[in-house]
Amino acid sequence: MDVQLAENQQELFAPGHRACPGCGMAVAARHILAATGSRVIVVTPTGCLETFTSPYGYSPWRVPWIHHLFENGPAVASGVAAALAAQGRNDIRVIVIAGDGSTFDIGFGALSGMLERGDDVLYICVENGAYMNTGNQRSGATMTYAATTTAPAGRCSMGKPQKKKDMPAIVSAHGTAYVATASVAYLKDLRRKVKKAMGFHGPRYIQIDTPCPSGWGFASDCTLAVGRLGVNCGLIPLFEMENGAVTRVRKIKKPVPVEAYLKAQGRFKHLFTQDRGALQVAQLQQIADGNIRRYGLADVEPKETA
Amino acid sequence: MQAESVVEGSEAVALAVKGCRPHVISAFPISPQTHIVEALARMVANGELDAAYVPVESEFSAASVLAGASAAGSRSYTASSSQGLLLMTEVLYASAGLRLPCVLTGVNRSISAPITIQVDHQDTVSLRDSGVIQFYVESSQEAYDVHLAAFKIAEDPGILLPVMVCMDGWILTHSYERVKLVSQEEIDGFLPKFRPENFLDIENPKTWGSYAEEDVLMEMRYSVQQAMQYGKRRIPEIFSELSRITGRDHGGLIEAYRTEGAAVVLVAMGSVAGTIKDAVDRLRDAGKKVGLVKIRCYRPFPHEDIRNAVQDARIVAVLDANFSMGSEGAVGLDLKAKLCGQPGAPPVLDFIAGLGGREVNADVVSRIVALAEQAVSSGSYPTESHWMDLNPAILP
Repeated sequence: MDVQLAENQQELFAPGHRACPGCGMAVAARHILAATGSRVIVVTPTGCLETFTSPYGYSPWRVPWIHHLFENGPAVASGVAAALAAQGRNDIRVIVIAGDGSTFDIGFGALSGMLERGDDVLYICVENGAYMNTGNQRSGATMTYAATTTAPAGRCSMGKPQKKKDMPAIVSAHGTAYVATASVAYLKDLRRKVKKAMGFHGPRYIQIDTPCPSGWGFASDCTLAVGRLGVNCGLIPLFEMENGAVTRVRKIKKPVPVEAYLKAQGRFKHLFTQDRGALQVAQLQQIADGNIRRYGLADVEPKETA
Repeated sequence: MQAESVVEGSEAVALAVKGCRPHVISAFPISPQTHIVEALARMVANGELDAAYVPVESEFSAASVLAGASAAGSRSYTASSSQGLLLMTEVLYASAGLRLPCVLTGVNRSISAPITIQVDHQDTVSLRDSGVIQFYVESSQEAYDVHLAAFKIAEDPGILLPVMVCMDGWILTHSYERVKLVSQEEIDGFLPKFRPENFLDIENPKTWGSYAEEDVLMEMRYSVQQAMQYGKRRIPEIFSELSRITGRDHGGLIEAYRTEGAAVVLVAMGSVAGTIKDAVDRLRDAGKKVGLVKIRCYRPFPHEDIRNAVQDARIVAVLDANFSMGSEGAVGLDLKAKLCGQPGAPPVLDFIAGLGGREVNADVVSRIVALAEQAVSSGSYPTESHWMDLNPAILP
């Protein structure tokens, strides 16, 4: 079964941390380390993952792990990588596991610098589409029309009006050798991508969709189901890019309408309780269809609508 | 026999850093610091220095790279100035709290606005509460020597803090001086390899940078203060060890210059100390009992040493090249706080001088001494800072 790791494999991300029940990010962290193995140093900027794994005196991390600040994960990792290179320790690798607030927003400059310099760091964004650690505020990763506490739905608002920042394309535009998206709903695929990324040197980027029960508004036993809907409606395209070209995608056998994904979550509730929500749902369907066409996710491409 | 070269102050710093064999150097340009990291870049490019040179996209990342390198067990260095140091502020607080030793040169330059590239101490003084040890130097030779000591101080197991060597921009970084250089063998004998007990070790994984609350946070903070207090004992020992190699003694935490029997003691930091020493000599020649306390180590603040040096004084006059808006100069504040309530302690006057590169010459120093003497004779001691030589014609 996909969720279970092989029994003889030591858990490098141990149970007993303080994530919310059903947290997609905790699942991601566990499977990332299962794929990297133990010879890694992990840098985690401020965010959910940092907070729920590091209450002083307790730690689930069975690899060396450091948290420094919110906006400097890439630069701290560059420093670790530079030190390891200077020490001749090419047997140890550096990975960043960071949330979308630090990746898309506050640490964006540092990430761009790290990518541009070509530092030997695997950067993994565990993305839940908002600043969840502080209670669900919108970020550059928040999906269009999702309601957050700083872009709430209301009489004059349908949630976040802006588009989600296209980070994989931005990262790829730096000349990054390997860029991939993954989802905790497809763990075998996730582990394969992490393993593949570990085979490259220089900067690499993986963005993992990690559904958040408390922020997105769904029951804590529905994390993987919501993740699957996101992938299968086309809003969360899973693909790999090598040197700027899409090399592999996870095909969607039968695309589900975005409505199924949106209705499963409280953050889109306003689209179905207000009459005018139909327009926004149609726009989100267009975004999903656009993804399906852009990455070739379905054998039968959706028709372009006017 | 030490090699003697005529070098730019920035080059002197780069030579000292090279001698300390850092593993990792991060660099971002800002005047007047840039010549230092340019010199180091040339050394790496020419194969004279075996270090990873990381040309970052901001000072924030420059300081962050040091944090990562230090945590991974490598000696690391950067330099910055002014806005760059302010941008590093959040990082340096965290690195001090995480006990990540590193060395940076704080090339002094004023803070915007108005934007300027001219010197004062507002930038580095703004970092005084961060947990970074701060030295101020008078000459390029002292800059060279203190950088050699800085790594040993930062990496001392009882300290483990970032150390910043502050030197006046342009006046020191861009002027040429004779500087005596220590041989690589002697530096290697003085400065052991950096082998921290804690580092990001895959054989012994640890979690570093945890979330903490009221049950432990105060103790963690206090431990940084304990390291600072220990530094007051350890730093002079390390300076003495270095003196045995260099044959030069710049003083300990402070340098007391002609303070014996001085009625007026001036207190200052940085290159202005040279000017003040010259002024003190002239005033002494004219029969005035004047001396200088040069603060070499500003954090930890060596109030015990200063107190000893001013015990015979009728008055202490501080020259602050910085200002805490709404209050007064930072060194004046520190000194008043530490002398307050001490039996027989002299009154302290605070003078703001040299902001934005305004010249502080022997005449300015003489007038400060005269104002201090006037306060003593009138028995009236102003509690607000005296801003020297303000031009009333351009004040609003």
